[in-house]
Amino acid sequence: MLLGTPYLILIDMKKFTKLTSAVVPLNIENIDTDQIIPARFLKATTREGFGENLFRDWRYENDNQPKADFVMNNPTYSGQVLVAGKNFGCGSSREHAAWAIQDAGFDAVISSFFADIFKGNALNNGLLPIQVSDEFLAQIFKAVDNNPKSALEVDLENQTVTIVETGAQESFEINPYKKSCLINGYDDIDFILAQKELIAEFEQTK
Amino acid sequence: MSKTLVEKIWDAHVVKSEEGFPDILYIDTHLIHEVTSPQAFDGLRKRGLPVFRPKQTVATADHNVPTLNQLLPIKEELSRYQVDMLTKNCAEFGVELYGLGHPFQGIVHVIGPELGITLPGKTMVCGDSHTSTHGAFGAIAFGIGTSQVEQVFATQCLLQSKPKTMKIEVNGELGKGVGAKDIILYIIAKISAAGGTGYFIEYAGSAIEALSMEARMTICNMSIEMGARGGLIAPDQTTFDYIKGREFAPAGEEWDKALAYWKTLYSDADAKFDSVLTFDAADIAPMITYGTNPGMGMGIQEHIPATGAQPEKEKLSYQKALDYMGFDDDSSLIGKPVDYVFIGSCTNSRIEDLREVADFVKDKRKADNVTVWIVPGSKQVEQQAKNEGLDKIFEAAGFQLREPGCSACLGMNEDKIPAGKYCVSTSNRNFEGRQGQNARTLLASPLTAAAAAVTGKITDVRDLLDKVEG
Repeated sequence: MLLGTPYLILIDMKKFTKLTSAVVPLNIENIDTDQIIPARFLKATTREGFGENLFRDWRYENDNQPKADFVMNNPTYSGQVLVAGKNFGCGSSREHAAWAIQDAGFDAVISSFFADIFKGNALNNGLLPIQVSDEFLAQIFKAVDNNPKSALEVDLENQTVTIVETGAQESFEINPYKKSCLINGYDDIDFILAQKELIAEFEQTK
Repeated sequence: MSKTLVEKIWDAHVVKSEEGFPDILYIDTHLIHEVTSPQAFDGLRKRGLPVFRPKQTVATADHNVPTLNQLLPIKEELSRYQVDMLTKNCAEFGVELYGLGHPFQGIVHVIGPELGITLPGKTMVCGDSHTSTHGAFGAIAFGIGTSQVEQVFATQCLLQSKPKTMKIEVNGELGKGVGAKDIILYIIAKISAAGGTGYFIEYAGSAIEALSMEARMTICNMSIEMGARGGLIAPDQTTFDYIKGREFAPAGEEWDKALAYWKTLYSDADAKFDSVLTFDAADIAPMITYGTNPGMGMGIQEHIPATGAQPEKEKLSYQKALDYMGFDDDSSLIGKPVDYVFIGSCTNSRIEDLREVADFVKDKRKADNVTVWIVPGSKQVEQQAKNEGLDKIFEAAGFQLREPGCSACLGMNEDKIPAGKYCVSTSNRNFEGRQGQNARTLLASPLTAAAAAVTGKITDVRDLLDKVEG
């Protein structure tokens, strides 16, 4: 993959290969990016620090007290993998949603369906979106229901996700180019910059 | 080989296509605003890169700006900082900015078309999901994240996989009191908030062809609300007439050359779409949403669907949405009191929207229990409304005409709906907290919003139109 592509500048994008972790389950469908990070927190001009406001209005009362019934405030659940209902990340294109999830310590998000722009934003930041079948998603939720410490193994090289306890496994799709970017920590700009002459040539034909 | 409109435009912009890689797609126009650009400018600084084609980049301040006293310094510190940062970044990187106080300032998706920047056959992107609006002109236009904003700054290109194509045909004539907003809310209610994911949608059919450019923009604007990357409509005489003579539109020989090309922009008769849906305009009633995603909409006379009728695994999320809204399932919304009416946003803040509302509220007055905000999409729309005396009509009706910006669509500025209050809104999203923490949003057309403003409750606007004529 990407053989012979001269990388001009390598920016510090997070690499991803494999992880085994307990999960944080959020069994709600159509979680939009306004829930992930409400618009009033989009005024920052850097990429850092959005994690503390991840799921802000589900996670905290107006007086900033944690809401006891929200999963991220329940010490039983922890881990680097967020598992959510279908159509995760719909709505606004705000990349702050991916930044917030990553900043809160997650390295992968699993759902049975992702909104396009969110998926692209996640991949561009080294946050792995893993689309599984409805059935497998239900199995994960069930495993975590039975045992909150139930772990998942995510293997990007082999494109598999495994429920460690039961051994149930499913493979997932990822664009081969994007996979290579994640494993090597490359980003799209490195790739396109290497084609700048081609771009200038293209402009001449317009 | 026969091609769809999307394929024609896409193929004309591919710099490089290689097996196993996304295409390198050339971007003609990059629109930017204050919220999703600062981190991208920072990225350029870190890499030591300029904006590759600054003349193909246009900036405005819209998301954070106040809609009263815009010429005074912005009170909210973080908003002011972000808007100032845009000004600095544009100056440093040589990008044209229509900032506060500029006669061209406004919502990014309103100013592009009105200035003649948005043209058929173009590829356009912006760090905003409602970039699909520009598709109304027969352009490929879609929203991107900040990393991609940086990509376009650095290279004027994007790495993109070619999307699947869907055709949505709406045929026949719309009923009285039914408009473009009702068409799109109806389609989204039919195919769900995820029904268009992975697709670029071409809207067609006699009901679409009969729409004005501004109405077409309303349709394309909400493509993202069913998950689609974008939506577009083949350009026709309506399109050409709208563009001609606008500030940055081609003129003279350039116009003739452009027009000849634009006339080739349609899907070939035997072009294959990955999916085709057909709807009958006569089936569409004034629409209203009752839940917390734009797919949860219904004809205004209908009852909210029963929770028991939802698929088993969706019941929990469905009931959660109704609880948030404070609505019972299987109930009607007609007569439900409302607290706020917001007429604005990139979906419905253009001059035709304002004219339609003014025409309806002339010699009427808002109900005492309702606060009404009208936020024009741009300085030009605001000025035009005043030139036509619409401001006087609004004032007499107790509607407040404010200054342009995104405003209460997403409540990044002071224009927030208070917790628990109901707002009938002409915007595009009814997500939890979208218009303010715990605010409850009901999406509707400008006409349905105006009817709620006048009666103080959810109203079938057709009843009021009947009265006028009767």
